[in-house]
Amino acid sequence: MSAPAFETRVRQSLYAGRRWHPAEIAFWLLAGAACLLFPRQSLLLNEIAILALFALSLDLILGFAGIVSLGHAAFLGTGAYAAGLLAKHVTADPLAGLGVGMAAAGLLGLVTSPLVLRGTDLTRLMITLGVALILYELANSFGGLTGGADGLQGIMMGPVLGLFDFDIFGRTAYLYSLSVLFVLFLVARRVTNSPFGLSLRAIRDNPLRASASGVPNGKRLAAAYALAAAYAGAAGALLAQTTQFVSLDVLDFHRSADLTLVLIIGGAGYLYGGLIGAVAFKLLQDAIATFTPQYWMFWIGLFLVLFVLGGREIIHGAIKTVAGRFARLGKGAAR
Amino acid sequence: MSAVLQTFDLYKSFGGITATDHVDFTLQRGACHALIGPNGAGKTTFVNQLTGVLRPTGGRIALMGEDITKLPRETRVRRGLARTFQINQLFATMTPLEMIALVTSERLGRGARPFHALDRDPELIAETAEILSRFRLDDIMDQRIATLPYGKQRQVEIAAAFAAKPSVLLLDEPAAGVPEAERRELMSTVAALPADVSVLLIEHDMDLVFRFATRITVLVNGRVLAEGTPDEVARNPAVREAYLGEAAHV
Amino acid sequence: MLTILFDGIAYGMVLFVLGCGLSVTMGLMNFVNLAHGAFAMLGGYVAVLAMQRLGLPFLASLPLAFLAAALVGIVLERLIYRPMYAKSHLDQVMFSIGLVFMAVAGTDWLMGSTQQFIRLPVWLQGRFEVAGIGIGRYRLFVIAICGLLAVSLQWGFTRTRFGSRLRAAVDDARVARGLGIPVSRLFALTFALGSGLAGLGGALGVELMGLDPSFPLKFMIYFLIVVTVGGTSSITGPFFAAMLLGVADVVGKYLVPQVGAFIIYALMVVLLITRPHGLFARARA
Repeated sequence: MSAPAFETRVRQSLYAGRRWHPAEIAFWLLAGAACLLFPRQSLLLNEIAILALFALSLDLILGFAGIVSLGHAAFLGTGAYAAGLLAKHVTADPLAGLGVGMAAAGLLGLVTSPLVLRGTDLTRLMITLGVALILYELANSFGGLTGGADGLQGIMMGPVLGLFDFDIFGRTAYLYSLSVLFVLFLVARRVTNSPFGLSLRAIRDNPLRASASGVPNGKRLAAAYALAAAYAGAAGALLAQTTQFVSLDVLDFHRSADLTLVLIIGGAGYLYGGLIGAVAFKLLQDAIATFTPQYWMFWIGLFLVLFVLGGREIIHGAIKTVAGRFARLGKGAAR
Repeated sequence: MSAVLQTFDLYKSFGGITATDHVDFTLQRGACHALIGPNGAGKTTFVNQLTGVLRPTGGRIALMGEDITKLPRETRVRRGLARTFQINQLFATMTPLEMIALVTSERLGRGARPFHALDRDPELIAETAEILSRFRLDDIMDQRIATLPYGKQRQVEIAAAFAAKPSVLLLDEPAAGVPEAERRELMSTVAALPADVSVLLIEHDMDLVFRFATRITVLVNGRVLAEGTPDEVARNPAVREAYLGEAAHV
Repeated sequence: MLTILFDGIAYGMVLFVLGCGLSVTMGLMNFVNLAHGAFAMLGGYVAVLAMQRLGLPFLASLPLAFLAAALVGIVLERLIYRPMYAKSHLDQVMFSIGLVFMAVAGTDWLMGSTQQFIRLPVWLQGRFEVAGIGIGRYRLFVIAICGLLAVSLQWGFTRTRFGSRLRAAVDDARVARGLGIPVSRLFALTFALGSGLAGLGGALGVELMGLDPSFPLKFMIYFLIVVTVGGTSSITGPFFAAMLLGVADVVGKYLVPQVGAFIIYALMVVLLITRPHGLFARARA
């Protein structure tokens, strides 16, 4: 094959990674249409969108960079408190709060990254857990600022972009959260398909070879960690803004544990895992809550155990089959 | 001839056991220099110090006359010192295309760009394509590396090191574990490397060593026992006794 | 002040008994069992029930707590833990968190969410003074029992055949298997022993740490600190880590109550950063 022809093949092959699949477009159209299809469920949809963003954040470090974490709630909480405090004391503009929440969490991620990025998986799990617990204790202790166990109350939000007021049905809330999720998803999609994203996968696959290929592992992981932290901060900000309340619960351990389950359900490392997992998780939670409001924790525990013991392969097999069918449908439609 | 890679009095001990014993070593530009020695002679330890996987206990390492003793691994790669590993170190979930594109993008300084699109980078595409063709990986460039046969994986390993466009290439037993039939192809790609790449070859297969090396250093118990042209080394009685003698027993 | 120190030591002793089983299982199978606290909770509830419902004396309820936790430990190990050993740390963590959640919710359902108490026998109540130091009788009792346990564990670990096999298996399971040591059986036994000790610690700790269904979650971090800071290759490492943690926690909460548990978390992070392989890590080449 001639060199230019081969270069074209290489280009096409590299492009294949970031080409939009028809199923992806369908996914987002459906997400947008959801508020028309289920007008009474806007509050639930909003929760799903926020959880999806939070899961996307964990996927960025766990699925793409291979960093395990048990303390991702630290960033959710930081974003929530930052956005909540800003709204309460400075400005009611949602986008400003979003920016501040992301910046605060991203900064925390950057500052704590040297702690997290050393050592083994086990040390990482412990340190992330420790950092989240420290923040929880801090938020609890500085009740004057955070409201302590009563939560941060009295948050009033202005209209989004000065145009769309938050309504009590959660419609604006959902569309706002979904828009933020979509934009940040696009950014994540771009990042994971960039040379930077490729180098993260390299570190995840084989750190020794990555550094022998010229990748400065530490710097890249720190950058990825800070980015993921900012994403979690955005989820926290959305949570604070759309519920107009920040409870101490945002920093709780079970948030981090739930999140890992979300990613286990959906599968890590392909961006949609967190989104699909968030939908499944929330619907499951909602369904269980209707017939047994208590003991949700028991069921989530059972799911975790079953998933790890072997249920995951079954579920992912099913998802792959369905996705494959979609793919064929998509190709058929494209022709 | 000029030196591209040198060690001065390089010394490494592991809790009392000396693995590298005051080694002065010089790799000349354009040479194919073989490092041989019986098992446990400290060859891989030596290479690991050159590339920064291990930190020497004492002594210095210079690349192109500049001290690199304390530089991190990835900086050495950027300065032109690349290596392969005795046991394949590959990115299992990637394709050969992705792996070569990664090394190329790091070399071109694209690695820290989060919004750059790989397929819109003609320079990166051209160089990636060139490497894939040179190492005859074009047919399999879209298969996951983990699914490739061992000989091909070995080929990817060398291609990935070469993609860093090194001035010094360290090959740690490139033919280890490769079936006889694929060995020839592998070594002919090594032989076909451009002459301006200086190669340090660590190899057990004496056939290969004497066929390709322009110079040979014999390492025994962490010390340089002999150094010279292949003829000189083959005639050296101390080498025959310490190295070949042992081989005869095996 | 010395009284607080004394309380801290008693607290640390209980933490040691609770955590040492975890450190051995972690060292042996490289398995992260976050559900360790659930066994401790089981021991605590068994002791409480034995005293309340069966009217057993306190001293008789302690071995019962040990046996119950050990028995459940051995059954679970055989049934569901075994397939987990080969999985990734993250999977193991998720799995054992799942168990914790189930244990927490299940206990809540069976026993209610209220705090449980035990009535100590009269001879263990109150405190006396020695040279101006107030010494709680129960705390002295705890220190005596746990100290005895620590010494006998150390002896068992270093001097007996079981101990030397165990150490060999912790060092390198593959080599140990090659030497004909039945690593899997050894592990099941150790797991049972560790769970039993957790159960005993849970029963002893009811008075000091309280007992309610959230126990395994609340104290999970404590056990993990004991293990990660103390290392997994000896008994002494976790022992000193537990002491340090117990004293730091009690003293910290007494001197600066407003920052609460903050101190020990900060301590953990600092220790893990400065000594990533544990307090008494052997230097590795």
